Amino acid sequence: MLRHSVAAAALIGTALFTGAAFAQSGKVTVVTSFSKDVTDPFKQAFEKANPGLTLDVQNRNTNAGVKFVEETKANNQVDVFWASAPDAFEVLKGKGLLQKYKPKAEGIPEKIGSYPINDPENFYSGFAASGYGIMWNDRYAKANKLPEPKDWQDLAKPVYFDHVAMAAPSRSGTTHLTIETVLQGEGWDQGWRTLKEMSGNFRQITERSFGVPEAVNSGQVGFGIVIDFFAFSSQASGFPVKFVYPTVTTIVPANVAVIANAPNKAGAEAFLDYLVSPAGQEVLLEPSIRRLPVNPAVYAKAPAEYPNPFKDSSLGARVKFDVNVSEKRTNAVDVLYDQTVTFQLETLKAATKAIHDAEAAIAKKDNADAKALVKEARDLVAAMPVNEQQASSPEIAGAFTGGKEKGARQAELEQQWAAFAKERYQQAQAKAEQALKLAR
Amino acid sequence: MAGATTAGRTHAPSASSKYFKKLSAKPGQIALALGIAVFLILFLVVPVGTVIYVAFTEKGTGEFTLVNFLDFAQTDLFIRSFWNSFYVSAMSVVVASVFALPLAYITTRFEFRGAMLIQTLGFLPLIMPPFVGAVAMLLLFGRNGTVNLFLDDWFGFKIPFMEGLNGVIFVQAVHYFPFILINLSAALRNIDRAMEEAAQNLGSSGFRLFRRIVFPLAMPGYIAGASLVFVKVFDDLATPLLLNVKDMLAPQAYLRVTSIGIADPMGYVISVVLICMSILAMWISAQAMRGKDYATVQRGGGGLAKRQMRPWESAIAYGAVLLILLLVLAPHIGLLLLSFATIWSFSPLPDAYTLAHYSRVFGESFVYVKNTMVYASIAGVIDVVLGTAIAYLVLRTKLIGREWLDWAATAALAIPGVVLGIGYLRTFYGVQLPDGTPLAALWIMIVLALAIRRLPYALRACYAALQQISVSLEEAAENLGATKVRTVRRIMLPLMAGGILAGFVTSFATAAVELSATLMLVQSNADAPLAYGLYVFMQSPAGRGPGAALGVIAVLLVALCTFASHLIIEKSQKAKAAGH
Repeated sequence: MLRHSVAAAALIGTALFTGAAFAQSGKVTVVTSFSKDVTDPFKQAFEKANPGLTLDVQNRNTNAGVKFVEETKANNQVDVFWASAPDAFEVLKGKGLLQKYKPKAEGIPEKIGSYPINDPENFYSGFAASGYGIMWNDRYAKANKLPEPKDWQDLAKPVYFDHVAMAAPSRSGTTHLTIETVLQGEGWDQGWRTLKEMSGNFRQITERSFGVPEAVNSGQVGFGIVIDFFAFSSQASGFPVKFVYPTVTTIVPANVAVIANAPNKAGAEAFLDYLVSPAGQEVLLEPSIRRLPVNPAVYAKAPAEYPNPFKDSSLGARVKFDVNVSEKRTNAVDVLYDQTVTFQLETLKAATKAIHDAEAAIAKKDNADAKALVKEARDLVAAMPVNEQQASSPEIAGAFTGGKEKGARQAELEQQWAAFAKERYQQAQAKAEQALKLAR
Repeated sequence: MAGATTAGRTHAPSASSKYFKKLSAKPGQIALALGIAVFLILFLVVPVGTVIYVAFTEKGTGEFTLVNFLDFAQTDLFIRSFWNSFYVSAMSVVVASVFALPLAYITTRFEFRGAMLIQTLGFLPLIMPPFVGAVAMLLLFGRNGTVNLFLDDWFGFKIPFMEGLNGVIFVQAVHYFPFILINLSAALRNIDRAMEEAAQNLGSSGFRLFRRIVFPLAMPGYIAGASLVFVKVFDDLATPLLLNVKDMLAPQAYLRVTSIGIADPMGYVISVVLICMSILAMWISAQAMRGKDYATVQRGGGGLAKRQMRPWESAIAYGAVLLILLLVLAPHIGLLLLSFATIWSFSPLPDAYTLAHYSRVFGESFVYVKNTMVYASIAGVIDVVLGTAIAYLVLRTKLIGREWLDWAATAALAIPGVVLGIGYLRTFYGVQLPDGTPLAALWIMIVLALAIRRLPYALRACYAALQQISVSLEEAAENLGATKVRTVRRIMLPLMAGGILAGFVTSFATAAVELSATLMLVQSNADAPLAYGLYVFMQSPAGRGPGAALGVIAVLLVALCTFASHLIIEKSQKAKAAGH
């Protein structure tokens, strides 16, 4: 046994030595949530354009990446943070972990759709854009004889019951933006009504953004609410999937930023410059990446059917997205969705199914009482425990900041909201079942 | 039998062992216990403590409080999650036993061609590469998987294999039954043939012999495996999340700990609950074994007598074994198909086959394979060394507080990998090496995290192995003048060899595909293990095939190592049988 521990100690000793040997100049360390299919082409192109610099890509999901940068700030070894979700950059910026830098680039407009491309204070910059939409598996849709959806509201129709998937907004920055877009576009009450009617049809609410395209690609779920490049790159890899942008969609930039106290600041800035240069923007057009460049001139080199938000005014132009409104209630919206939908999905689905059944019966045999009951049931499902003002109030926001301020604890609020939703879903189900009896 | 210990025989009675003798064994044991305690405190208790202390602090003031635990008890979701986790874990043990018992019994008790191959194959489910394993499983058993598409086509119905809690039980049982298989097989091999013969002489045979003599004697192995399955399922977050079951405890902890902007203590409260439940389960299993003596003195027999089967018996046996193997290996068959598939979408089988995925990963997989082998084997060695030492201290000494070593090591099972990862970053990132690189950036930290996370597996195996050895053998050695150290090395370790090897293989194999802590600690591609490479691929539609190919490589790699160690066990068994 002693011998073994000596051997282990020796191993650890040599490990310390060999591990310390790497530390070369000209290395740019990038923490990113992007997959190899995205990072590899950029790495190759960047290293070719900047001889002497090498790109070291550390792949982490967005949340883990943010935690990593935060935990290691005392002795930071990371130069660049590179990810989709703008709110992750807001978190990093808020914690003082980013460094101001405005990439040298020409011809990049202020806004894409209605969303500003760069952080107004230049802490982070957009390098590509993406919009949310509906992706579906064509074989699945044909086998189940399901129509092609065009808009968010279509997904609330009874035919799609149990056929739709989405990532939880608390887990996916881009889904969060979609939810927020609907809430801002339709108003708080109507927005939640739409969201819950749609969510009542969900088969799953995944905890990873990529879980949705994966489920649609493999045909386990028919329809998914996804960010466009997941659909485009799935098509490029040959999966039988289709995609549509609904009328209400935001086009949001994917971003890149220099980390505060970056060990290789010059290299980091060179990488940012490259990403927004025409050469870097063209890399986005590769089939495995397929994101929308932020430089309008680059679209001239894109394939014919490539969506162009600078020309196609339907993309993202209809919504006015207010970042300030969104920021104040980020946590509240996420937790509200989780507590009233994600963790109550079964009860919500039971109520939704009962309402669908009752409405189908009423369509065949009209009955005023039954109609009134169904309306009550729908209102019960749509009810929210807090209104718009409360959601962005400092009291509620304070509950989600952990140990900093006194006040309501997150767990207390969550239990209240969950109980509120569950009770109403059960009442709604009972009313809809009653309506079904009347209309029969 | 002595053939198993080869190293160091020549210079055994050296000056150092005399020195130990003079001091009597006690100080040595204390030093050993202290050493292990320091290791566990440094690499487990402190890093985890820096993260989960939040569970005990009051919001706003940061003072000590238990109000968060009251919140836990008052939240419907958590209570529901708690009972769901409990139910799923208990049922998984039952289903896993159904898979494991026949395999273990048939392969150790009968002359069965391919027993070693079956032991190896039966071990494979434990090596389920992250992400791809689940995708493969869904493609086969999912709502629109191969099986259900066929069923729907032919009979017009579908079986919800993968839905809700039952889906979790099914997948967990398939995934973790090797824990029972491997520990039970090791225990069965260790049973003294004389016991069985005595029972036969007294007229017992068949199922009665198994129920009254063989199974009770193998109990330590079964309990070791079953308690591991229970705790592991209770603490596992990957499978429920992949099946989109969120109302279980471990997924709840994970979802809270990893969400941005939600800095509330509940995630850590749940972690504390998980840790307590794991320790409780281990304590209960220790109590169940208490007051019973499973040790046998005679160890020369080479395990149970293997007998020939009659033709109809062997037909049934082969049928049962094949059926179980087909079921539990389905995910790997799916994985293999996936790695050769061009497109596999809403169809029973892939559209076409290609070798392109392998050629894509071939170049870059070498560094991943090398890292994985290095990390997993060092972690495995650390684990069996610690596991043997802890088992020895708990079972053979009267040191006060020795159980705490066991419980602390076991608690590692309940700590979400991401919590351990963050803890390591917090504790070791500030520590700098002379050239300015942080300590946490070294790959050895990944190894230590893996070793800590897999220590409970090796510990249980070593513990069970030691339980089966009679103290009187050691006493005899000491009476003959052997020192404690010499007794341990020449008597105990050889007798425990099978169990230790089982522990090593389990730790090694599961460390080879671990991801959650690794993902936090990997600092550069050159230091990344296979599981990380796989993760990087599995984030894009085009990466599914290459990811599956890497998964197949990982599984093959670990399978080869497992097969090799089974060969070693078998050889040493034969040597034992021949030597006496």
